[in-house]
Amino acid sequence: MHNDMNINVHHITRVEGHGNIVVNVTNGRIEKLQWQVPEAPRFFEAMVRGQSYEDIQTIVSRICGICSITHSLAATKAVESALGLKVSEQADKLRILMHYSEQLQSHTLHIGYLAAPDFFGAPSVVPLVSRAIDVVKTIVRAHRVANEWSDLLAGRTTHPVTLIPGGLTRTPAEKQLRQLQKTLKDTIPDLKVIADVVLSVAGNIPKFERQTEYVSLKQTNPPTYTFYHGGITSDDNGGKVVPIEKWHNVANEYIVEQSTAKWAKWHRDSYAVGALARFNNNSELLSPMGKEAAKMFDLKKGCCNPFMNTVAQLVECFHIVETSITMIDELLTKGLKAEKVTSSPKAGKGAGCVEAPRGILFHEYEFDKKGNCIAADICIPTNQNHANIQKDFEKLVPEIINESEDSVRLKLEMLVRSYDPCISCSTHMLNVEFVK
Amino acid sequence: MGKPRVAIFDFACCEGCQLQIVNLEEELLDLIGAVDVVEWREALSEQSTEYDIAIIEGSITRPEDEKRLEIIRTRAKILIALGACATIGGVNKLKNNFEMQDVKRCVYGKAADMPHLDTTPTKAVDEVVKVDYKIHGCPIDRKEFTYIIRCLLMGKRPEIPDYPVCVECKAKGNPCLWEYEQVCLGPIIRAGCGARCPSSGFRCFGCRGYVDNPNVNAAKDVIEKYGLTLDVLKSKMVLFGSTQGPTNA
Repeated sequence: MHNDMNINVHHITRVEGHGNIVVNVTNGRIEKLQWQVPEAPRFFEAMVRGQSYEDIQTIVSRICGICSITHSLAATKAVESALGLKVSEQADKLRILMHYSEQLQSHTLHIGYLAAPDFFGAPSVVPLVSRAIDVVKTIVRAHRVANEWSDLLAGRTTHPVTLIPGGLTRTPAEKQLRQLQKTLKDTIPDLKVIADVVLSVAGNIPKFERQTEYVSLKQTNPPTYTFYHGGITSDDNGGKVVPIEKWHNVANEYIVEQSTAKWAKWHRDSYAVGALARFNNNSELLSPMGKEAAKMFDLKKGCCNPFMNTVAQLVECFHIVETSITMIDELLTKGLKAEKVTSSPKAGKGAGCVEAPRGILFHEYEFDKKGNCIAADICIPTNQNHANIQKDFEKLVPEIINESEDSVRLKLEMLVRSYDPCISCSTHMLNVEFVK
Repeated sequence: MGKPRVAIFDFACCEGCQLQIVNLEEELLDLIGAVDVVEWREALSEQSTEYDIAIIEGSITRPEDEKRLEIIRTRAKILIALGACATIGGVNKLKNNFEMQDVKRCVYGKAADMPHLDTTPTKAVDEVVKVDYKIHGCPIDRKEFTYIIRCLLMGKRPEIPDYPVCVECKAKGNPCLWEYEQVCLGPIIRAGCGARCPSSGFRCFGCRGYVDNPNVNAAKDVIEKYGLTLDVLKSKMVLFGSTQGPTNA
């Protein structure tokens, strides 16, 4: 099905428009079963050519509104690697805090607005406003906290304006960080309410399992449940860590006839990225509250139920908030300093990698001696998940083939949504066609 | 009169402007009560062909999208372009600096001729259909969005600033970023964002588009004062409006 000749074909467009699920059953036999993603290509890798290294993050953050901070961080790290720029420990910590704000924002958006309606049997969050206003308000509050947090560190909630090669444009005031820390402490009870609500409907999470490969970042020195530093690992390579410069060896992209989006594979036919991948590879490093939340849902290392990705995101929310409270302590104890950041153009090539809320993200750029981009290569998590979604379909549908059409449709939609694909409208973007 | 029916549509974009609507948080619950949202893929499953106000996010990059937009226009009494992709083309217009075939080959290599990759040079919404109101920015400013929607609900014409970002930046007491060797587009870009980027220590990169009559001579003076060439300024001007430059520059 795939063609090795196309391994070096990389596309950048985020998935846009309608994702399609096609199920074709004739006389009880599955004739056609496909996850399709038609895209409106935006050609970022071509567009950035000729642009200054200083403007790369501004441009590529526009790949995605939901994970713009993540894209900016991956790009900035790649630029810094290409130019040999070092970042101070303080800026590094502030960036991680900034990154956490987006993880919390995106996770609460997905859990609360996109996934939760499925668990309640509702078509969207809107009917829940009248049915469960207190719960909706709790989710809205947690989402707002995450956005205000991004505002403080990134300059705004979407498309950060404080990230520059070599560091940050500004340092927050100690008072602001102290206030943020208090807000985060106050958010923990809200997260517990959300967890209790999700637990109360956890029976609606389909019990489906399929062994697959889970790929994520892994940081061994110091061992950390990482979203930002470290190398690439999978449960298939015995815990080894591949340096991010070698990401092409991991995300082997290929083209299939049925889909306009590219697929990726490493050791098997497909792999999964995202919260469940991070959990499976790093769960022993979760914060105490993260571990507690995992226990609440009986989520254990080696879980291969893709529907549990949403639960893994919830677990990460606790970890993120708890870890951030500690990091703010560390920053305040050391004392914040205003830092002047300078950089100058240089020829070079470099890769940057961070975990987007929905999985591992790679950026790579090459610059000429004037610091202008001559080549770019970006691989987004959603594309790395496509093949895995298709493989899940192939195992899931025969198992539920005797259920009603509505039930099959809902489970397939829920499955795609559980991957939290980088289509902000994924809740209702799915057009399921049954051909009988 | 019943509540106005509102539909939100997206084209080529990052959907960050729709996200800003979601980010209104508690205020969104109030706003949703004041209108009848009949189509919004990000939040609702419903679809409708009847609406009074159509909000368009994203730029237009494919022939089929032009057709879709034209149909939306015929159905809507008021059409609003939401965010830089819709108002000025946004970063998507950087694509127009290259030959389409080159762009496709650069990203897709040997698969560049796949039919679904057929795209046209990027257009802002008003290059395809008549636009009644523009909500500027990348992303849009949430306060400005609610202000404009409130004005429309009250039958008033919203006032959109037609003075440069420098005005708001000065009012905030920010140091001028040109003093910090940043090529800031504040002198020629439309205000209304509260000088958000310069207030964070980051140059204005022009996401709200140019003011109606940019003071090009003043911009040239600034460039001269800091010993730079017009080319440097032009290179920064393409980021969000590659074909939208001041005509007398």
